[in-house]
Amino acid sequence: MDKNTRLYQQMKIIRAFDSLLLEKFSTGIFSGTTHTSLGQEANAVGILLHCHQNDVVVSNHRCHGHFLAYGGDPTALFAELMGKPQGVCGGVGGSQHLHWRNFYASGVQGGTVAMAAGMALGEKKKGDDPIVVDFIGDGTLGEGIVYEALNMIALWELPILIVLENNHIAQTTPSELAIAGGITKRFESFGIPTTRIDSSDVLEIQPLAGALMGAVRMERGPQALVIDTARLGSHSKGDDTRPTERVEKLWRERDPIAIHGPRLPEKERKILDAEIERDIRTAFNNALAMEGGPDA
Amino acid sequence: MPEERVKTVLDSLNQGLRKALTDDPQAIILGEDILDPYGGSFKVTQGLSTQFPDRVLTTPISEAGITGIAGGLALRGFHPVVEIMFGDFTTLIVDQVVNHLAKFHDMYHGQTSAPVVIRTPMGGRRGYGPTHSQTLEKLFLGIPGLRVLAPFHLQVETGMGIPGKMLYDAVTASQGPTLFVENKLQYPLKLLTSSDLLEYTLGVSSTAGAPFYSLGLRGTPEPQITLAAYGYMAKLAMDALYQLAYQYEIFCELLVPTQLSPFELSPLFQSVSRTAHLLTIEEGTLTLGWGAEVLARASETLGPELQSASRLAAKETVVPASPRLEAEVLPDVADIIQKVREMMVSP
Repeated sequence: MDKNTRLYQQMKIIRAFDSLLLEKFSTGIFSGTTHTSLGQEANAVGILLHCHQNDVVVSNHRCHGHFLAYGGDPTALFAELMGKPQGVCGGVGGSQHLHWRNFYASGVQGGTVAMAAGMALGEKKKGDDPIVVDFIGDGTLGEGIVYEALNMIALWELPILIVLENNHIAQTTPSELAIAGGITKRFESFGIPTTRIDSSDVLEIQPLAGALMGAVRMERGPQALVIDTARLGSHSKGDDTRPTERVEKLWRERDPIAIHGPRLPEKERKILDAEIERDIRTAFNNALAMEGGPDA
Repeated sequence: MPEERVKTVLDSLNQGLRKALTDDPQAIILGEDILDPYGGSFKVTQGLSTQFPDRVLTTPISEAGITGIAGGLALRGFHPVVEIMFGDFTTLIVDQVVNHLAKFHDMYHGQTSAPVVIRTPMGGRRGYGPTHSQTLEKLFLGIPGLRVLAPFHLQVETGMGIPGKMLYDAVTASQGPTLFVENKLQYPLKLLTSSDLLEYTLGVSSTAGAPFYSLGLRGTPEPQITLAAYGYMAKLAMDALYQLAYQYEIFCELLVPTQLSPFELSPLFQSVSRTAHLLTIEEGTLTLGWGAEVLARASETLGPELQSASRLAAKETVVPASPRLEAEVLPDVADIIQKVREMMVSP
């Protein structure tokens, strides 16, 4: 499979997963809440493609895309969201708290940056090759502990790539009501080399992420990547307060699947789409058929 | 290296940390101002940065940050120790402890855990004033996944003494996070050895791997009341117990847990089932404190066997800087004696 196809496939898996999740949420199969990665698939895929086996990935409440791009099993994730014992974390963690191999996600903003810094400190102390990739959002910038952690990340030259997915909205609060000053300056003021890209195109994100992760690996020090992106879905399920026209415009202009899809031969893409949608549906049905869980 | 001669709680804790760093290559210490020659505000880490420069890290004033970093280290196989300079500053680490360290094991379905030891000195009587004198461990009692320990100044066997041994064990062998509560006035206390305890009876049991002591006076009648206290307050309670016996002929048994949370109180219940009276003594404020939970559990467990119960604690106000005002707020030996006399007159 060539690179373009592989990138498309990975993004499409995430899209199909979260789309089916939202479709089925109203049926009551899932409980609690969930945060989908709709619109941000290119970030997860473009970055995590470069992970070495022992690299550590730290994610947040919006973690399904990161988990799937890391190589997580869609069936186990569906089972987790259904509260089944066969889920990624036995149904205890739910949508926001996933841990599998070297992937860790948690639902409280900010604290994970310190946690990720500690992991990077550990890898540095061990003298090992692995690096840490930590995904945060623009909303995370409101938390004080982020700045404590950035300070120590820079001070101790920790091998970590901080990825800020700037989707310009924190739940319902637009960035301009929450963020003063510059975003990149926040990292740069600590002396962390920072790169910013405004893109939903996986072919732009992927090589840039590769270069930055390479730099972290080579120099054993931090890098920050700010990706201006678009959240195409709600914060969780049906709580989007943005004007419909604005969201529709984002779908037209910032959908990573629509941007990258046409690079594949149309026939090939249609086959892939059908296969992936079938596989995700199968994963869903297999999870549903698993014994145990809330209704068992 | 030769074992240092242990004299005080401070020596014992210092030696426990040194031995942990020596024996356990995964042990690592983070804290503010812990490097030599200063060696930490209360000198618990004195000498360690000289001996282990790669594993004793001084940090910015970022309690939440370093606690989070310790969590990340622990998830990747390390055994970190965080020094929080004053117990008052543990308010800054609550999210890290409650939503991160204490959660990891269960919320990740037992796949991992964060064996971090957070050590901190609580307590007043040093005139440090309202934000450097509090006893706040009650905020951390009853948090699922978090163990809270408080050492007692005792050395019944040769070696580093109980405080250092408990700290060593917590660092090298914990399965999850531990808050290790020290007390500023404990540091200079000489460790009690068997020769110091000739007048006392000492019982030692173990709950969840932590020692639980019972102390009484040798050659006295059966105890009439159970006192329960930990840490430095247990030292004051020992003094009160002595005076109550010889000045007032009220005989007490003192129960001293070293694991505060999760609550494991069976030795205490055994004592109260003999004495029928219970007084808890703590340096923190009264409402919803350690004693409240102890009394609730004693009441549930013992029912009518528990004839009277009371709590002695700090007054519900700030801890003043002035020594005179501070003494009015914090419970002392005289307060314990007074409270016990009141309790034993009324039944």
